[in-house]
Amino acid sequence: MSEARDLHRFARAERWVHRSVALLMGVCIVTAAILYNGSLMLAVGHRDAVETIHLWCGLALPVPMLLGAASAAYRADLRRLNRFSRDDRRWLRSRTRRDGIIPVGKFNAGQKLNAWLVAGSTGVLLGTGILLEWTGLVRLSWRAGATFVHDWFALGLGLLVVGHVVYAYRDPEARRGMRTGRVRRTWAEVEHGAWVEEADEAR
Amino acid sequence: MTAPLDGAPVGRRVVLGLLGLGAVGVVTGSRVQEGLSRALAPIQLRDPTGLTSAIPVGDTWRYYSVTGPVEPRDASTYALDVSGLVDRPATYSLADLEGLPQTAFSDTFHCVTGWKVEDVPWSGVRVADLLESAAPTGDALGVRFRSFDGTYTVNMTLEQARADDVLVVLTMYGEPVTHDHGGPVRIYSGSMYGYKSNKWLSEIEVTSDNEPGYWEDRGYPLDGYIGE
Repeated sequence: MSEARDLHRFARAERWVHRSVALLMGVCIVTAAILYNGSLMLAVGHRDAVETIHLWCGLALPVPMLLGAASAAYRADLRRLNRFSRDDRRWLRSRTRRDGIIPVGKFNAGQKLNAWLVAGSTGVLLGTGILLEWTGLVRLSWRAGATFVHDWFALGLGLLVVGHVVYAYRDPEARRGMRTGRVRRTWAEVEHGAWVEEADEAR
Repeated sequence: MTAPLDGAPVGRRVVLGLLGLGAVGVVTGSRVQEGLSRALAPIQLRDPTGLTSAIPVGDTWRYYSVTGPVEPRDASTYALDVSGLVDRPATYSLADLEGLPQTAFSDTFHCVTGWKVEDVPWSGVRVADLLESAAPTGDALGVRFRSFDGTYTVNMTLEQARADDVLVVLTMYGEPVTHDHGGPVRIYSGSMYGYKSNKWLSEIEVTSDNEPGYWEDRGYPLDGYIGE
């Protein structure tokens, strides 16, 4: 019975990518805090081990994102995330964006922006992290630049992740969507009205 | 009604923009960082909350430790051994070291990963003076600095260790070296990256070889000269 009132939102592959990235990102953030903060570092120590865990989780971070491309559902959602319509721009500028007047598709403009900011920052952190780990690759002043970039992008990505978790914490139905792949139709009508219409048309 | 695939590929532009920004940052970041540091140093030095050190605003100390928590050593019971291939092995208390001729200079601390702290006032006893008193034997080739964390070591050739800017440091910023900076006594080697400067110094062993120390064994250059 609840089946009829549910909509299919995320494929199994997408949920797997999400869970893998979340786990790797979590380990990266915890180890980063230890490596960066002097008090934590001196309390935990073992810099070499912490650094090795941080390095390998960081190198592995893009792997699930890339493996996901084997799934058609994942590729389709990437295409949706990539495109910003005129409504998306209006939504971002609007102060009353949550009132449902501006049509919102499967992802709202904030989710789209977040997805790409996270992806781009991950790429930057990966590149600069490689320069820091293999110190022979570039000269000292570029390494200093890589440290500078790695620090600021890490701070930025950390804030994006915190924001993402806060939004998820506030919305149990959105979490259910990522956990089980299904969401209540009534929820989707409020949050992603244009997507519900589109799903009905496709039926 | 909006079709899902209408609109500009903003996602791709955001990613490419960030990657470009990152690349520009790598090339120009050290100059930007210097500007930021100059502007923010007075604030950071007077910040009682320590909050400014939690965000990456400038050139600040980053504290490293390779073992678990290191048990602090008391200045009154501290001992430094000079041992190995020497005619006159010796053990120095902190007071013994303070009684020897002191060398002081200000210099920039460079980490191999790129962060640095400028104009740090260091003072202490030249390693060369301690080696001179210990009288290395004819087959001595290198030294191994050991830390009382029980794990950290640094290798140098005897010649490198005798350089004028290699110090057994007793004070930083005119104060006794704090535990976090590797006190009561640490090494500072001015021409080399920070990993060549042991914290928590406990022993200077004269050796017949130049076997890699802790980070040298994990891939960092054996000599560690700044700029290489």
